Amino acid sequence: MNIFVEGIKEGVNLIWQMDPEIIQITLLSLQVSLTALVISAVIGIPTGAALALKKIPGKRIFLNIIYTLMGLPPVLAGLLVYLLLTYRGPLGQFELLFTPSAMVFAQVLLAAPIVCGLTARAVMALNQDVYDTAATLGASRRQASATIMREARIGIVAALTTAFGRVIAEVGAVMLVGGNIRWSTRVLTTSIVLETRMGNFSTAIAIGIILLTLSFIINLLILKLEKRTLRYDNTIQIT
Amino acid sequence: MKMKNNRFIMVLALLTAFLLTMVVGCAKEEAKAPQQTPPPAKELKLATTTSTQDSGLLDVILPVFEKDNNYKVKVIAVGTGQAIEMGAAGDVDVILVHSRAAEDKFVADGFGIDRRDVMYNDFLIIGPAEDPAGIKGSTDTIAAFKTIAAKQAAFVSRGDDSGTDKKEKGIWTKAEITPAGAWYIESGQGMGDTFRMADEKKAYTLIDRATYLAQKDKYKLEIIIEGDKSLLNPYGVIPVNPEKFPKVDYEGATKFAEWLTSEKGQKMIGEFGVKEFGQQLFVPDAK
Repeated sequence: MNIFVEGIKEGVNLIWQMDPEIIQITLLSLQVSLTALVISAVIGIPTGAALALKKIPGKRIFLNIIYTLMGLPPVLAGLLVYLLLTYRGPLGQFELLFTPSAMVFAQVLLAAPIVCGLTARAVMALNQDVYDTAATLGASRRQASATIMREARIGIVAALTTAFGRVIAEVGAVMLVGGNIRWSTRVLTTSIVLETRMGNFSTAIAIGIILLTLSFIINLLILKLEKRTLRYDNTIQIT
Repeated sequence: MKMKNNRFIMVLALLTAFLLTMVVGCAKEEAKAPQQTPPPAKELKLATTTSTQDSGLLDVILPVFEKDNNYKVKVIAVGTGQAIEMGAAGDVDVILVHSRAAEDKFVADGFGIDRRDVMYNDFLIIGPAEDPAGIKGSTDTIAAFKTIAAKQAAFVSRGDDSGTDKKEKGIWTKAEITPAGAWYIESGQGMGDTFRMADEKKAYTLIDRATYLAQKDKYKLEIIIEGDKSLLNPYGVIPVNPEKFPKVDYEGATKFAEWLTSEKGQKMIGEFGVKEFGQQLFVPDAK
């Protein structure tokens, strides 16, 4: 039990004293994961919506592939990116290996299928009625589709929080393509691995607590945003 | 009647044969018994570094020690720092590590007694063939480190407080340099990963010979400096002090230390690697 108490104490201390290294590591974690999340949203939400709304040949098999990629092992995603970026690989001349960009690249591979797949699910779960009602009320095709997306936003927000949870907690891919380089590509999760290997268990726990706290705050913000947009909507009334 | 008699004789004969085999079998087993079940092997806990295990040395020498002394050795392979911590907590009976300064402190603090030299291996400085710092073939590692820092040539460090990392930090200290800056890359990973990173970054790094030999075919980096005295890496064996931890098996630990430093143990250490790598990996140096 002692090690947990020590860990919590040390975690509070690290934040309290604004340890420059831990601040840098935390900011990098946030920067990498949030960038990956934004890119994944830009790719994933339209693709997911299109898959749900449009008639596309081979849609089913495509969705099946997306759902499979939602479970892509991080270390495998990392390996694919590594092989692309190594100086012997096809994108070697850009010298991106062991940079935060490489980490974002790998995390997009992990997050985009989640955003895409869960968006498609959320949109498909909506009743045909939503579209029909909008259409009867005189909405154009485009406007009716926009209505559907608005109705599906709880599911889309869930997709984004799930994707963020996956990338911020991920270690296998960022270790491989980032390299855990001090002051450069070391993030919270790879620090935990390093501290554990060096036998500094309480520091490892402390960093873990920082990671969880961060995740908690981000999710709180997302939920707040969601609540605000929901205020004027009809929520389910239980009578 | 005749038939019955015959049958009776047959049954009797079979029974006799059966009994006879049983008796003979038992007798044989009894005769064998004392040789087959020796007293059960005692357990000895050894904390050591990953290098002794990963190189395959322990797989070769431990079975012989176990047979000679009727011990079963449980190996816990971790970094030198952690191995010494385990000894200082009395969790193991004996340690086999390579960090002279930390070993001496371990003994001075009373956690271990009777440290013995066992063997040494050596480190290499490897780097890209272009040799941007121009240090190839140098015999003075400390001067070479100074040149690397002065020219800000890329250098990948383990940065993980391992034995190799301590060795590297020791050389920087002797060179009176605190390495920092974009050229000094701390990987925080193991030797194999650090080797891979140095290859990608076309950087210099400090590596133990065993890991280099095992993986060199995959990468392009070449040996830049070898054979310098300050690159030697001595291993010591230290039994944990029974006065501090009465539960440890001091007798077994001493037997192990004596065996490692005996003529037989030393010979096996010296021969290890010749067959596998075409090169001796550890040089025995027990006094």
